[in-house]
Amino acid sequence: MTSTDPMAEIRASFFIECEELLESLQDGLEALGSGDSDPETINIVFRAVHSIKGGAGAFGLDQLVEFAHSYETVLDGVRSGETEITPDLMRLLFQSGDILSDLVRLSRDDEPIEKSLTEATYAALKEVAGSSDEEEPEADIDFQPMGLAFDFADLAEEKNAFIITFKPEAELFTSGNEPLHLFRTLAELGNITVTCDASALPIIEDMDIAQGYLSWTLRLETDAEKTAVQEVFEFVEGLCDLKIEDDIDLPALPDLAPLEPVAETVSEAIVPLSATAPSAPAEAKTAAAPKPTVRVDLERVDRLVNLVGELVINQAMLSQSISDTGIPGSSEIATGLEEFMRLTRDIQDSVMMIRAQPIKSLFQRMSRIVRESSAAIGKDVKFVTEGENTEIDKTVIERLSDPLTHMIRNAVDHGLESNADRVAAGKPEQGIVKLSAIHRSGRVIIEISDDGAGINRPKVQQIAIEKGLIAKDTQLSDAETDNLLFAAGFSTATEVSNLSGRGVGMDVVRSAIQSLGGRISIASTPGSGTTFTISLPLTLAVMDGMVINVADQAMVVPLNSIAETLALTQNDIEQLGPNKHLVRNRDTFVPLLDLGVELGYRHALPSYEGAVVLLISQEDGSRAALVVDTIQDQRQVVIKGLEESYGRVPGVAAATILGDGQIALILDPTDIISNASLGAAPDDAPFAIAG
Amino acid sequence: MAEMELIKETGDVELLSFRISEQEYSLDIMSVREIRSWTKATPLPHSPSYVRGVINLRGTVLPIIDLSARLGLEKSEQSERDVIIVVHMFDQTVGLLVDAVIDILAVPHNEMQQPPEIGTDTGPAFVNALTLVEGRMIRLLDLASIMPRTEGKAA
Amino acid sequence: MSLSVLAVDDSRTMRDMISIALKQAGIEPTLAEDGEHGLEVLADMTPPDVIITDINMPKLDGFGFIDAVRKQNKHQGIPILVLTTESAETLKARARQAGATGWIVKPFDPVKLVRALKMVAG
Repeated sequence: MTSTDPMAEIRASFFIECEELLESLQDGLEALGSGDSDPETINIVFRAVHSIKGGAGAFGLDQLVEFAHSYETVLDGVRSGETEITPDLMRLLFQSGDILSDLVRLSRDDEPIEKSLTEATYAALKEVAGSSDEEEPEADIDFQPMGLAFDFADLAEEKNAFIITFKPEAELFTSGNEPLHLFRTLAELGNITVTCDASALPIIEDMDIAQGYLSWTLRLETDAEKTAVQEVFEFVEGLCDLKIEDDIDLPALPDLAPLEPVAETVSEAIVPLSATAPSAPAEAKTAAAPKPTVRVDLERVDRLVNLVGELVINQAMLSQSISDTGIPGSSEIATGLEEFMRLTRDIQDSVMMIRAQPIKSLFQRMSRIVRESSAAIGKDVKFVTEGENTEIDKTVIERLSDPLTHMIRNAVDHGLESNADRVAAGKPEQGIVKLSAIHRSGRVIIEISDDGAGINRPKVQQIAIEKGLIAKDTQLSDAETDNLLFAAGFSTATEVSNLSGRGVGMDVVRSAIQSLGGRISIASTPGSGTTFTISLPLTLAVMDGMVINVADQAMVVPLNSIAETLALTQNDIEQLGPNKHLVRNRDTFVPLLDLGVELGYRHALPSYEGAVVLLISQEDGSRAALVVDTIQDQRQVVIKGLEESYGRVPGVAAATILGDGQIALILDPTDIISNASLGAAPDDAPFAIAG
Repeated sequence: MAEMELIKETGDVELLSFRISEQEYSLDIMSVREIRSWTKATPLPHSPSYVRGVINLRGTVLPIIDLSARLGLEKSEQSERDVIIVVHMFDQTVGLLVDAVIDILAVPHNEMQQPPEIGTDTGPAFVNALTLVEGRMIRLLDLASIMPRTEGKAA
Repeated sequence: MSLSVLAVDDSRTMRDMISIALKQAGIEPTLAEDGEHGLEVLADMTPPDVIITDINMPKLDGFGFIDAVRKQNKHQGIPILVLTTESAETLKARARQAGATGWIVKPFDPVKLVRALKMVAG
């Protein structure tokens, strides 16, 4: 238990729950939109909004409550069948869901809520709700912050006195109410005296539990108002004869018996009867209870992730020192160690799974982007998702939001033709944008595809020539042309519609993906559409790397940046100017960078004949042949931040700890290439796109 | 913080003294986390000459500063006897490479002297105060001026 | 006063709120996540002094839950409070018809919640 404010904790937990509710709201709306007529579907949608409203009320989030209420009213109409589901209504329901989710986020972040955000939709909801919204129950929302002292009985100078006559009817008892409890509650308002009239009570054998035979007269001296007294009888209103009158004589009536003895008699008379009733057999257990979950502070998870990282390193060190002793692989130690290694990996995978989340929330956000952007330009777009339960690291999900948003907008904006063009091309008017996710060989593959016209390659080449990205007479393959979209500086002002946002190009998308250790590629077929494929690591905490040596230093190069490794022959090397070298690779030329020189560890080698190079190919088109001294092996390494402990180091992405306990730097090839002393920066376009 | 107040009350500063290039320096012991023997550091490219690189300190990456290089003293021969003093300050932990640790001293506050200003010396003032212990002059290092300043480390 | 309370609500936030409000009054409620779950939990526990239930819940809603509880002789007399966001009379009437003892209008004030408990369970 922490000592934090319980209200703040519940508030935080409320917003987490809201995310879940918004998710099921979205699911439900999508099901409704695709013609699902299961009454439970609309119920789910209704409940989601209802629960958000309920919680929001408790935290005094009035704007959220107000909006959710009108939304709920419309949904209630749909639920009862009064309101018919039309395409227009579906649009309104989706839009309201979006706004509700905005309101939730703004409220969570304590951001101001502009009236303009909700105004139009709110009015539309009100209009649909129209006459069906006859009750105005929300007027009496009286929010009271918690944490108040629970002192009910304020016995200071009673000013008022009431005479209460109370005769319960049979239903009062069957409803589970109990006069004794009401009297006790009254007693907390002040001084009370009770007289019971038991004259109507039959002998016990004839007594029917469901009948009321008794009536009471109570006198209450209190400083509470009459309404407070009435409130006590709120639940039994209509189930009894009740009169509450002001008593002008303040002194207590001398002939009234005290409360307790009477009350005891009454309860004794009733309780044994109900207690002897045979107990019903327990209801059969039907559905399984929801999967139990625990909420864990993310910091704790990260600590666990780090510890497991340590374990992996430790295990690698142990393996190395055991193999150094020359113990044969068949020995018990070696096999035991192998088992240890397997367990370690399993633990690591399981720990990583804690951080993993279904990608669904991200896909749902994209669904909104499709709705909004297609509505804005009048295209009829169907959004299809697949594999939304695919799990991926939480941080990866968060950081994918911007690049995916951009790509989805592009698909709607530029990928799909206008409705008219589609019809002219013999396609259905409605375009399709598809987003899918799948696990494949330890990575997550995300595809964004449209069934539009495909990339207009002549136009792309023309833009690239205009932008000076390629020479006028450059011959490019289709794939090379398509990859021009990723070139820095390709995205142009004319390209940017108000939807696609702030002139962000695909080069920015690509670097965002790369910073997550991912790759992005493009495939397009004229007339039938374009597909972007993103491949991402499952987690940011470990990475596949190639361990190399430069100037006696072991270093790690991310495997995803290496296209191939080569041993250079004299024929592969071309000189350019006094100190520049190029590597000829399948009829293209790639700048040669000596890693030892780039890192400032040693002078250039007299000759690069026979040198080992890593052919780096980044999705941003930057390519280089990095000269290394030797290649050790490939392995998974645990990523250790360097920036936190030291600061940014040019050309270095992070650090890791190798099996011998030494720190090895994880290089950032993109950074090395762009800072290259050669000046072979990615804007060196003829290289950048060739091949 | 409680210890800091204690020091003020007793009027003593506890110092860890060590040797760099035949000179005796010291640090407020409150900023010292541990003392380790020398292990090979992994060099960082494009770093200042006084940054020896990084070592693995129980799974974290610890930058190592060669104090003699930092203070512009003549570099003494690197030897296996060198020690690393791990210090923590301003949310940053670094290892300081020194020749040898000498002693832990308790020096009364009022015996700490301001270093005299010498002519036109414009270099960074690495020394905060001076004191005499058994006839030896001990220099109190100003840790803040020693910490490396790098890109992206502003926070 | 220490009552045993079963609180049934599909909203985690509401369950948290109820828990906290009751804990301040020294009551540790037993919690269930929907009507069906509520019935399961109820079958496994000593009959509570009071049941608090939400209306809008998946699987089995509050009305269905109350109805099922009232059909069990063992639980006929247990006071049941309904949590509702509406203070509308129609809803109260429905709740009463289903066998509820009283109601609490959400968002509730913890003082009122505890008082409502006392009104039905002493």
